[in-house]
Amino acid sequence: MRTLSYAQAIHEAHAQLLDRDPRVFVIGQGLWNPWYAGTTLKDLDKAFGCDRILDSPVSENATTGAAIGAAIAGMRPILFHPRMDFMLLAIDPIVNQAANWSYLFSAQVSVPLVIRSVINRGGEQGAQHSQALHAMLAHIPGLKVVMPSTAYDAKGLLIAAMEDNNPVIYIDDRWLYETTSDVPEDCYAIPIGKGIVRREGRDITIASISYMAEEAMKAGLSLEKQGIDVEVIDLRSAKPLDIDIILKSVKKTGRLVVADGGWKMFGFAAEVAASVSERAFHDLKGPILRVCLPDIPAPTSRALEERYYPRASDIEKTVKKSLNIVSVA
Amino acid sequence: MPKRILEEFKVEWFQLLDECGTLDSSLLSPLLSPSESITKKEIQGFYESMVLIRSFDEKALKLQRMGRLGTYASICGQEAIQVGCAAALRSSDWFFPAFRESGLSILRGLPMKTLYQYWSGDERGSVVPEAHNDFPIAIPVGTHIPHAVGAAWAALYKKDKIAVLATFGDGATSKGDFHEGLNFAGVFSLPVVFLCQNNQWAISIPVSRQTAASTIAQKAIAYGFPGIQVDGNDVIAVYLVVKQALERARRGEGPTFIECLTYRLNDHTTADDASRYRSEEEVTLWQEKDPMRRLRRYLEKTYDWSTSHEEALQQEVNARISTAVEEYESVGPDDPLQMFDSLFETLPKDLLEQRAELKRRIEKEQEGARH
Repeated sequence: MRTLSYAQAIHEAHAQLLDRDPRVFVIGQGLWNPWYAGTTLKDLDKAFGCDRILDSPVSENATTGAAIGAAIAGMRPILFHPRMDFMLLAIDPIVNQAANWSYLFSAQVSVPLVIRSVINRGGEQGAQHSQALHAMLAHIPGLKVVMPSTAYDAKGLLIAAMEDNNPVIYIDDRWLYETTSDVPEDCYAIPIGKGIVRREGRDITIASISYMAEEAMKAGLSLEKQGIDVEVIDLRSAKPLDIDIILKSVKKTGRLVVADGGWKMFGFAAEVAASVSERAFHDLKGPILRVCLPDIPAPTSRALEERYYPRASDIEKTVKKSLNIVSVA
Repeated sequence: MPKRILEEFKVEWFQLLDECGTLDSSLLSPLLSPSESITKKEIQGFYESMVLIRSFDEKALKLQRMGRLGTYASICGQEAIQVGCAAALRSSDWFFPAFRESGLSILRGLPMKTLYQYWSGDERGSVVPEAHNDFPIAIPVGTHIPHAVGAAWAALYKKDKIAVLATFGDGATSKGDFHEGLNFAGVFSLPVVFLCQNNQWAISIPVSRQTAASTIAQKAIAYGFPGIQVDGNDVIAVYLVVKQALERARRGEGPTFIECLTYRLNDHTTADDASRYRSEEEVTLWQEKDPMRRLRRYLEKTYDWSTSHEEALQQEVNARISTAVEEYESVGPDDPLQMFDSLFETLPKDLLEQRAELKRRIEKEQEGARH
């Protein structure tokens, strides 16, 4: 099979969706720019025309509202927010409008809209340009939130998001753009709300998502060399949350570390931990631990960034902590 | 059905100093009160300021290319606006910058060392001197426009005889913040001047894709206050128009919107490559309209500005910049624990724990490194 990068897989999914359905169009900022969206949208304007790849004025609120209107009118838009932070300018149309529409109008009209946004961690991006806001969005009834960690999933989940008749938030992470995996050439969908066991193990479960799934795999490899057998779950969707896949694993291992690239308090990892403890408290041999961002805004200087973003080594330490606590007790 | 014209509008354009360095002094008098004049010293001061901020800019670009600075947004080509505004502002006025105002910030008294620190991603570069009436650099587009409006409202309420200046680019005029901010300022007749540095490019999007209006200045008409377009590469025109607008604001006569038409001669930032989306010819055309070149021509023609003046000035400026770079580079990396120390006066328990955990980890690593 072919190998594609995460960025190439997103690009191919867009091209195939645009190709197979004339109702599909892309709208957002920087779409005609050769580099602004990484290479994920490169030259799509040339291949599909500027009337289907709409580079917009700097107007997040208007762009999002317009995409919702077009979706209700029968189009299938992919709305692009190159930085998740500025998607906040469109929080009213997303939360008050798109998420509620089907409910408000008795499921007569839905909003088949893919809202894609990018988390731009590190490299001086700082507090206003690198936020991971998936937990906030997953909190909203009516929104689905997917966060692929591999090239294969990046393509399959974008296609699944497009096939869904409700608004789906698709979040990709710039740190994953150069990672590669096998990607089929056909136009395939990955079910939304289904996680995957990336690595089987007996000693401890790591439930992870997005770039932390990649980091969890690295941690798993390193821990294996130290005689610790880790099971890594990549949840792939933040909402709906595939709780069953974690429960099954925890039943086997009895220990859980949740690794998420968002903030710790009131976050995605907190939701996973609560859901597991509600359902599988008696399977647990120790407390559920979280590896998350500290509860402070992202710094800009390298010295601070290095300590701010959790990596494989932090997951490793937390896994050991989880095992030690049990052995001490 | 009877039909009549309710309102008619004109949009004025101002230029005093043309591309050849010729000053149309007949236009000067209506812009100056009878007791005022522009002195040779002032005009020479404008030029010295331009040389300073362009040299700061050139140095920043070089440092970035050498890996000694982070992502930087060049001000090259937009110096006239920044020098004109700085000269028109009083230190008691408030200034709300976007991110392409490094020159204006320097002329307002922000140390160059601090700005280099800022553009290296160092949090400590955001710390301004005490009693410095400038808001922080707004990297998100246009978000500071409503802040400026709020500060202007506060000044009006407190009866402070000051004005507020908010500057932003052409891209910001597509934001909701711009519309809501200007509308509010008009309704409350606030002492604020909005200045758009229309450099014609918002990263890779030309101004023709931001608005279908033939000028940005005319947007003010709908908000009920004057809008004017100025040749943004003519420092004298910018200075006089901004000065008048600020005075109008201080007199309690309400807001003004000034569009300064200019051109971004460099890339959007050092993380951009503009040659991939705009033509060489366009850039060359605007290089001919360079604000510094025309002012130098004027000085040469009018005041016998010579090569030796130029060299002496450049030498003095280079020395100042070298000192700033030395100061900037002699600052060591920040303590990572500092990331916890700026958010709250007293850290809540959970953050205290997170801070202590990081501290433990760092100490453990340092211990490990010693053995």
